[in-house]
Amino acid sequence: MATAATVPEKTNYLNADYGIKSWLLTTDHKRIALLYLASITAFFFLGGFFAMLIRLELLTPAGDLLQADTYNKVFSMHGIIMVFFFLIPSVPAVLGNFLVPMMVGAKDLAFPRINLLSWYIYILGGCITLYAMITGGVDTGWTFYTPFSTTFSNTNVVLAAVGVFINGFSSIFTGLNFIVTIHRMRAPGLTWNRLPLFLWSNYAAAVIMVLGTPVVAITLLLVAFERLFHFGIFNAQLGGDPLLFQHLFWFYSHPAVYIMILPGMGVISEVICCFSRKRVFGYDFVALASIGIAVLGFLVWAHHMFVAGISLYAALVFSILTMFVAIPSAIKVFNWTATMYKGSIRLDTPMLYAIGFIGLFTIGGLTGVFLAALGIDVHVTDTYFIVAHFHYVMVGGMVMAYMCGLHFWWPKISGKMYPEFWSKISALLVFIGFNLTFFPQFIVGYLGMPRRYHAYPPEYQVLNVLSTAGASVLAVGYLLPMIYFAWSLKYGPDAGNNPWRAAGLEWQTSSPPPTFNFDETPVVTTEAYNYDEIDNQPQEAEVV
Amino acid sequence: MSHTDPRSLQTHDTGESVELPHSHGPTTKMFIAVWIALLVATGLTVLIASIDLGALSAPIALTIATIKAVLVILFFMEIKYQTKMTMTVLLSAFFFLGLLLCLTMADYISRAWNATF
Amino acid sequence: MDQQHETATMGMWLFLVTEIMFFGGMFCAYLVYRYNYFTAWDVGSQHMEIKWGAINTVVLICSSLTMVLAVHAAKLGNKKMIVFFLFLTILLGAAFLGIKAVEYTNHWNAGEVPGLNWHPSELGNADPRHVAIFFSLYFCMTGMHALHMVIGIGLLTWLLIRAQKGDFTSEYNSPVEMTGLYWHFVDVVWIYLFPLLYLVSHHHHS
Repeated sequence: MATAATVPEKTNYLNADYGIKSWLLTTDHKRIALLYLASITAFFFLGGFFAMLIRLELLTPAGDLLQADTYNKVFSMHGIIMVFFFLIPSVPAVLGNFLVPMMVGAKDLAFPRINLLSWYIYILGGCITLYAMITGGVDTGWTFYTPFSTTFSNTNVVLAAVGVFINGFSSIFTGLNFIVTIHRMRAPGLTWNRLPLFLWSNYAAAVIMVLGTPVVAITLLLVAFERLFHFGIFNAQLGGDPLLFQHLFWFYSHPAVYIMILPGMGVISEVICCFSRKRVFGYDFVALASIGIAVLGFLVWAHHMFVAGISLYAALVFSILTMFVAIPSAIKVFNWTATMYKGSIRLDTPMLYAIGFIGLFTIGGLTGVFLAALGIDVHVTDTYFIVAHFHYVMVGGMVMAYMCGLHFWWPKISGKMYPEFWSKISALLVFIGFNLTFFPQFIVGYLGMPRRYHAYPPEYQVLNVLSTAGASVLAVGYLLPMIYFAWSLKYGPDAGNNPWRAAGLEWQTSSPPPTFNFDETPVVTTEAYNYDEIDNQPQEAEVV
Repeated sequence: MSHTDPRSLQTHDTGESVELPHSHGPTTKMFIAVWIALLVATGLTVLIASIDLGALSAPIALTIATIKAVLVILFFMEIKYQTKMTMTVLLSAFFFLGLLLCLTMADYISRAWNATF
Repeated sequence: MDQQHETATMGMWLFLVTEIMFFGGMFCAYLVYRYNYFTAWDVGSQHMEIKWGAINTVVLICSSLTMVLAVHAAKLGNKKMIVFFLFLTILLGAAFLGIKAVEYTNHWNAGEVPGLNWHPSELGNADPRHVAIFFSLYFCMTGMHALHMVIGIGLLTWLLIRAQKGDFTSEYNSPVEMTGLYWHFVDVVWIYLFPLLYLVSHHHHS
């Protein structure tokens, strides 16, 4: 045991090497995860800044803060940054990169240098997109619909498209790395049905990344070519079909939302089990539901095009397929709830976020089923109902899952514990702020307020004011963790190997972990969530 | 750190290898045979293209192209000698591409149908 | 080493999956417009020079053979043969690109480049805008393919340099095999591009 005299600090991945080169040229998946954490956080707050501009504009019915063209740029840039540079990489690139090798019991990912390359590609894509924004912005919406984007827009469409195109390769390489790692680098005894559900979810998301991202890549390239060379592939005046763009775009962009949510669901599975002290209810169902979401997610894209001009028959087919895709998500929600039933619930901060996720994701998901119904969709398309729907699943779902994961694994990543009081306050502020921001948007959308307009009829003002007020609360909820996580690095108490007494190989090693994760290759002999065994063992001695 | 490479102990999918890559497998003779088949198929494609087969022209040309592609993938890319997982990975790409093509075309083809409800 | 080889192989095949989906998007566009504008497709295809397309197909098939023989030589650790076959593959790849340059020049001179130099002749009863879409897709698809050929030749050159230095043995030859997979994939794409772009019509000019 440690004596009162100074004990040399054990070498871990943070102190193994110093200097900026050791970070910028690292191939350690944990350091790369932190590189991503820093850049993703920066993009999140930039996207949040644009959100703040939107909400400020919408405080009053008149378009008095921003001109219409500027407003178009603001919501476009909000969407591009949040979708491509925050949501899609967030859990996979930060938590996935950090945890996937550890959870399989390996020293690193299958292709560590490609992992580093993937971060540099992300940065390159991000810089190009930022440059596009600084030098004039883009006003096509994050959806780049043609022929506006290819023919009529006077903004930096090509630059933005190229930035997003390049960023896509970051996603592809991450997904490729995860798939190969999970297939080929599992520790002895770690069979597929002993895998933590976080790995199943990230695996499913990785499959989508590999299959879907290339399609949006070529689509954006075609938009760039059309704009540069005046082809007519998507331009009706030249015989092209704008809907072809939408088919190709949404073929990726719908599965993309499952790239976003699946890793988040993986986090929730881990946290619910740990803070209910129970194995997950229906492991097989939850694992297969992840795969089901990935596969079915590719069959529904034209539900974004119901009013765009597709045939009625196609609309009917996609409508029913969209209803099917809700099923595996619902299975997961039922199973998480059943896991909590008769569990020994501890309401630590990660659990607060996880429970919040279940409620808010359910609301968002159910409204998605409403939208699958053609009649409703025709009424609410391009209104704030849609905006509320996807923010419920993306922010109430995905961002909360990301915060949940950050709080759950922060002790492992940093070796320190954050202050519980402030983290609970933040969770509460996020939950309250989120609902205050976005629930009024369901109402105002159903009442007919269109999206992407900088002005609106005065009868919608009260709800918009509520929404903006909520956004300020939400912003505080997101800013506080920045402060207390940073604080914890210097002043937080040492967390120990396994402060949550959680199951999982990552908790068997020190916090922070050594560079190669494990001193000896672990051997797995139990199922994933053996909480009854863990809770019946005496507390293990701390590894110094 | 242990001396034995931990990766040799790891659980991974070996699937069912049809052939081990280095024991007996593709030979130069086989490569030449495949090459000749590919050249013949190319010649056939050009020949058939000059005949008016109406609606059958495209399917026939694509069938020959697919045969050529299968030959390259099976023998030149040696997928015949890889694990089942590799084959699954490749087939899944064609499956999802098929989804893109079929469901998109379903929209275009059905636009001409008249809906009278 | 076999383990690492299988891991690299799986990684490479996953990358090829992304390439299939990447080209697949353009094949989707092609299919949609061929269905809707078949007359224009017929006419546009008549403006392709079948002889160059066929020769290029043969060139690529031969380059796939030389590539496979290079990989085979690498597995036997036969340095001279690796270098020889890699060099032949590069040569054939360059020949392909040279022929494509000839074709592109001919199209430019005939005013068949949409947006940039569009004044084609002999469009029959096809809508010129639809024929322009055919040519747009032609240049996008073959252009992307050519870009992949250029990257492939770059990779092969890097391999050639390493092979000359004696880097590849019967124990270590993964890079050659992985590059081979990439090269064959680019060949397979062309195997489909040729009939789809060149052989739509059964009438042909020159």
